[in-house]
Amino acid sequence: MLNNLSYKTQRKIIIFAFSLIPVALLFTFAYLPVFNMFKYSFTDWNGYSKSYDYVGFENYKTIFTDSKYFTVFKVSLYYFIGSFAQMAVALYFATVLSSNVRFKNFFKGVLFFPYLLNGVAIGFIFLFFFRPDGTLDTLMQSVGLGAYTQGWLLNPAIINISLAGASLWRYMGFNFIIFLGAISSIGKDVYEAAAIDGANRWHQFRHIILPSIKSIVQLNLILAISGAISAFDIPYIMTGGSNGSNTFVIQTVTTAFKYNKLGLASAMAVVLLFIVIIVTLLQRLFIKEEK
Amino acid sequence: MYKLKYGTAAVFKYATLLLGAFAALVPIAVVFFASFKTNKEYGTSSPLTLPDNWLNFANYSKAFVNGNMLLGFGNTIFIVVVSIVGATIIGAMIAFVLNRFRFRGRQLMMGAFLLATLIPSVTTQVATFRIIDFFHLVDTRFAPILLYLGTDIIAVYIFMQFLDSISDSLDESAMLDGASYFTIFWRIILPLLAPAIVTVVIVKGVNIYNDFYTPFLYMPSEDLQVLSTALFKFKGPYGSQWEVICAGIMITIIPILLIFLSLQKYIYNGFAQGSVK
Repeated sequence: MLNNLSYKTQRKIIIFAFSLIPVALLFTFAYLPVFNMFKYSFTDWNGYSKSYDYVGFENYKTIFTDSKYFTVFKVSLYYFIGSFAQMAVALYFATVLSSNVRFKNFFKGVLFFPYLLNGVAIGFIFLFFFRPDGTLDTLMQSVGLGAYTQGWLLNPAIINISLAGASLWRYMGFNFIIFLGAISSIGKDVYEAAAIDGANRWHQFRHIILPSIKSIVQLNLILAISGAISAFDIPYIMTGGSNGSNTFVIQTVTTAFKYNKLGLASAMAVVLLFIVIIVTLLQRLFIKEEK
Repeated sequence: MYKLKYGTAAVFKYATLLLGAFAALVPIAVVFFASFKTNKEYGTSSPLTLPDNWLNFANYSKAFVNGNMLLGFGNTIFIVVVSIVGATIIGAMIAFVLNRFRFRGRQLMMGAFLLATLIPSVTTQVATFRIIDFFHLVDTRFAPILLYLGTDIIAVYIFMQFLDSISDSLDESAMLDGASYFTIFWRIILPLLAPAIVTVVIVKGVNIYNDFYTPFLYMPSEDLQVLSTALFKFKGPYGSQWEVICAGIMITIIPILLIFLSLQKYIYNGFAQGSVK
């Protein structure tokens, strides 16, 4: 049927027909929410009544002055620092496993596997892990560190470290597999040339591996940072945000859907969106300049 | 002397690898042990002790039946399949148009798809919920499906990148034979995209299978539960029966373990490619 039309007409039809649905979906579910969110953030809407009033910057003022909303940013710092540790561990294992190692596939699989698990399963696994007299306490007792066991999820001073640890366990495999892929794509001849020059493993890492995977490390770092700021699954499933483990996203969700303060929650989401976009743009600029 | 130094480095290397493997496996292994213990046994034994009876499947049947896991599997599979098929077709269509044609508004459209990746969808849920509500789709399977299609645009990128490597000359020779653009897309481009489609299936499949937030927020009904929300419901009623929760955890892990073991190579490649934007 289409064959009878000229390529010029066909071209028009196909451009229109093939972009209609994707573009409509993109605008309805990616851009319209952002636009609406900005609009709601200046109102006192509760999310269900027919009318609402514009309140100017009132919601933003609440976020930055009421400590209840502001302190949750501090919690992000734990995940933020955790994401650096995560990168380091991933980079270490990727480097080690790119060399000749026995049982390479076994180690590769085991280190990566946690990333494939369901967020709820991971939350429960670590609830079990951190319970009083649970796995961690038992392990510590068996190596003689019994005196140092803690209320891992009960003590507000360490709860976020425990949760950031669970988060590291979950996402490390993802970074690891990407770094490993990037390192394996470095040509063998480069290593051979370096070996002739008498480079040891550290020299290789410092002067060959690191420079060639730098941009991918940076990219992963940015993903990890925005991931840290928007941490939700693990703390929500494990503690529901209690004992000082409340994150910004948990706070936003409860403000919107539990306390029905949609205007305020929108303002919080706008702040979060701005932080993520600024961090991302800074990072992109940074990478571009180096190229 | 040199030999000794090499020895310590190797020892260190294997020690850290074993430690890493231990840290990755122990949290799962203890859950596996507990899932075979009876309530009394669970209460009296340490988490690291092996179960008395490896064939005690009572917890599994309890978790599977009472947690209505079959329904969870059914809903999850439905949502994963429909979303992936949809994302593949939609993504391939838009990538084809953006890659093969130069038209007014192309740059703008490409920019719009690029910029959308910067928006973390977790931040916009507050407003997205109202839109889904407007279409009367809250508490239907189409809420997550539409969101997976509309907001996660990774498929578009993977396809656009891959299309760069498929030469235009193929299209041109087909045009000499009188093939329509649609035929070219359907008969030539789509089959050649197969490796990229595998990547999309894996990256999106894992993300959707593991997602908790979207189904939790948009499908509160009991009969729409997916695996993750079904498992989440164990938290309250089985709070004192960890051996049942552990069986529930294992039920969600086993399918993914089997898929991982059989498709390892594709999964590694999928993630390695899917991440290079």
